Amino acid sequence: MTLTQQIITILIVILGTMLTRFLPFLLFPSEKPTPEYVRYLGVVLPAAIFGLLVIYCLKNVNVFTGNHGIPEFLSIALVIILHLWKRQMLLSIAGGTVCYMLLVQLAASLST
Amino acid sequence: MQSKTQMIRKAFHSAFPYTIPIFAGFWFLGLTYGIYMNVSGFGFWYPMLMSLTIFAGSVEFVTVNMLMGAFHPVQALAITLMINARHLFYGISMLDKYKGTGWKKFYLIFGMCDESFSINYTTEIPEDVDKGWFMFFVTLLNHFYWFFGATLGGIFGSFIHFNTDGLEFVMTAMFVVIFMEQWLKDQKHTSALLGLGLSALCLIVFGADHFMIPAMAAILTALTLIRKHPEKGGDAA
Repeated sequence: MTLTQQIITILIVILGTMLTRFLPFLLFPSEKPTPEYVRYLGVVLPAAIFGLLVIYCLKNVNVFTGNHGIPEFLSIALVIILHLWKRQMLLSIAGGTVCYMLLVQLAASLST
Repeated sequence: MQSKTQMIRKAFHSAFPYTIPIFAGFWFLGLTYGIYMNVSGFGFWYPMLMSLTIFAGSVEFVTVNMLMGAFHPVQALAITLMINARHLFYGISMLDKYKGTGWKKFYLIFGMCDESFSINYTTEIPEDVDKGWFMFFVTLLNHFYWFFGATLGGIFGSFIHFNTDGLEFVMTAMFVVIFMEQWLKDQKHTSALLGLGLSALCLIVFGADHFMIPAMAAILTALTLIRKHPEKGGDAA
């Protein structure tokens, strides 16, 4: 690929990304009333999106091989417990991440 | 009356703590991305400029492969649109929240990555903090962390060796927390459960590389169907 082709490719990726981000705002400008159906989606979608993002983060977990997803599920359980207990965002995230790092590094050292 | 500088400073101070987990996640992921570009034979200005202008993590990784292959502009556009289609959902959810933010609105939309969207959507910004500036700083800080990590990775590349195995889980943990925050706020959990369930189902059926679009279509269809047959208090709000 020549430099020009690289630049064009990158520009296309930028354009595509911006299209997905700007399109809803272009279709439903704030000066005009937003259709009822779109307003409904704006209210109910986020909860579903957050579910989708959690699954997205776990997409490469394989329950049949490797660590069988055990570090992921234990660490998520800890995040949930910490968050229900203290409801401190940073504590829940840090606790779960440290737990996960310890588990995968321990698993790696045991298997070698 | 507080001066404009004070107002901006206040927004920055209240926004920063929310971005700390993203700092942890982004400098690491950005670093990984920069290293990946470096070992793929690209100069550091590639990850530096791409992290600034594209600012969408997963598609930037994929772009590295595109740049190393043959020149396929139409395919590049199709792949980008597919990976980033979820932004359409973010935009629909942010139509109201980004309203009235003036010139900052352009940047807020430009920088609406998964993490900036999630924080700006869920955070209950205190009454005395300017919402536009709060969301602006969340977006700007996240953008900076990503740029910082990617550039650093691009410069130092393969020289960096330390045991960060598992640090990427910080993003998973953050989305679990954000999911819970939304759950605790909502009266009804139909939408949250649909999101989890349909995404998991699509992941099993279509596999890790192809499940996002079917999952989004399934969520959209299900939410549209339950609107036509609303239970009591049909809205999740």
